[in-house]
Amino acid sequence: MGINIDKIRDDFPILKRKVNGYPFIYFDNAATSQKPNQVIDSISEYYKNYNSNIHRGVHSVSQEATDAYENARKKIQKHFNAKYSKEIILTSGTTHSINLVANGFTDILNKNDEILISQLEHHSNIVPWQMMCKKNGAKLKVIPLKNNGDLNYDEYLKLLSPNTKLVFVNHVSNALGTINKINYIINEAHKFGAVVLIDGAQASSHMKADMQKLNVDFYTTSAHKLCGPTGIGMLYGKKEWLEKLPPYQGGGEMISEVTFENTTYAELPNKFEAGTPNIVGAIGFGVALDYLNEIGFDNIEIYENELLEYATLSLKKIPNLKIYGEAEQKTSVISFNVGSIHSYDIGTILDKYGIAVRTGQHCAQPVMDYFGISGTVRASFSFYNTKKEIDFFCESLNKAIAMLS
Amino acid sequence: MEIIEIQNEIIDEFSIFEDWMQRYEYMIELGKSIDLIDPKKKIDSNLIKGCQSKLWLDAELNNNNKLIFKADSEAIITKGIAAILLRVFSNQTPKDILDANIDFIDKIGLKEHLSPTRANGLVSMLKQIKYYALAYNKS
Repeated sequence: MGINIDKIRDDFPILKRKVNGYPFIYFDNAATSQKPNQVIDSISEYYKNYNSNIHRGVHSVSQEATDAYENARKKIQKHFNAKYSKEIILTSGTTHSINLVANGFTDILNKNDEILISQLEHHSNIVPWQMMCKKNGAKLKVIPLKNNGDLNYDEYLKLLSPNTKLVFVNHVSNALGTINKINYIINEAHKFGAVVLIDGAQASSHMKADMQKLNVDFYTTSAHKLCGPTGIGMLYGKKEWLEKLPPYQGGGEMISEVTFENTTYAELPNKFEAGTPNIVGAIGFGVALDYLNEIGFDNIEIYENELLEYATLSLKKIPNLKIYGEAEQKTSVISFNVGSIHSYDIGTILDKYGIAVRTGQHCAQPVMDYFGISGTVRASFSFYNTKKEIDFFCESLNKAIAMLS
Repeated sequence: MEIIEIQNEIIDEFSIFEDWMQRYEYMIELGKSIDLIDPKKKIDSNLIKGCQSKLWLDAELNNNNKLIFKADSEAIITKGIAAILLRVFSNQTPKDILDANIDFIDKIGLKEHLSPTRANGLVSMLKQIKYYALAYNKS
């Protein structure tokens, strides 16, 4: 069936706009994705037709809103193949999800315990753990990178020990596009009884992850990376683990009984969903998943790989251009530099041509430190980008290089 | 030359440019002849915060009560912006620097760089220049 690119691009109104007089070329998809009409309309429809607070209300509209919210949860459960819908906690995003888990493990771990993190991590999957280690004395160890952007799996095996309690790695690297061998990571960690959290923020727009097949303990993602709205994401956790972890935020919804003497907590998932949630966000999240599944992730993968190959070949023709991270398996992300030109300069000039890329450290300073660089230009493609856009990008990049040399 | 005269001179220079490319090319040129900071002074305490590329700024008061600024940056465009600011504010008294306004940045078509969220440190650099002036104004 494949991708009907014209039909798809019609679904995304923002792709029609101009920037600085040029057609908007959006190559910053790893930062956030654009939204199709289907998702945009679902948001305004909610506020126009059935907005109400959920779970507690007796009136009809509140029931409609509650049904819509819980249906979204079921959609997410089905998409990620979680065994129970209560294993899907709706959060404000990946960062929130990771903090929730790190907070949960604060009192479970102690100074005899070790946690493994990879050198590829985004700061949101580093900082919460550092904060946790400061509180409970657990030791943070790092799975190193290899020059091609893959993790060093030999070193990973050496780092695993009976003291290893947690392992967390991103499914896909936001800085380099590397797809990590998470099956392998999970299985090896489980041999030592370690718990594994996989940060799926960058993966979810490109591929489906099956929670039961992976047998992963925790998995996080953010809706805004996969054509959904901002401010909503999910934490998948195995029921046994979510039941063990203490609540993160206290408030309404997450309680069973409240008195000033004692308060008991609600069951899953409400235990971790304090306060009024991002109701419309959850609904939009569900609609985004529907949209992507209708196109088909196989089709998305094939098309995005084509874009990646095309862009990589085109970029390699440019003298002094260096691409960082060419792992065996990559998503459609290319991080590069040209000679000693600073990425900020290139990004600024490309913007003048209507092209959006990201420059700098990409919230992944350890990756930048590994390569000894201050930052990169990152172009990240989605299934609504085209080869024609890549051609114009290369043309403009050459003009930028000429100006900056 | 007075600050306001220098600002008007720069506005005149930029007024002949028709598009952003010419403006940027000129800025890049200006950056090439910036009063370069002593490499030994490229230390963390001289870094301007809020800049995606490293930008160092140093200031010293000379015998004529004029503040001499020197700078450098890893990014060429940032260096160009720094060069323009140095041309306006360097070799001026602290008081004159404090009294000066910065309307000229808008007039030369660089208003977009004034946004505080812009990762080029222009706003931070201006602040730092004014802080130096404030500090040396007392002495």
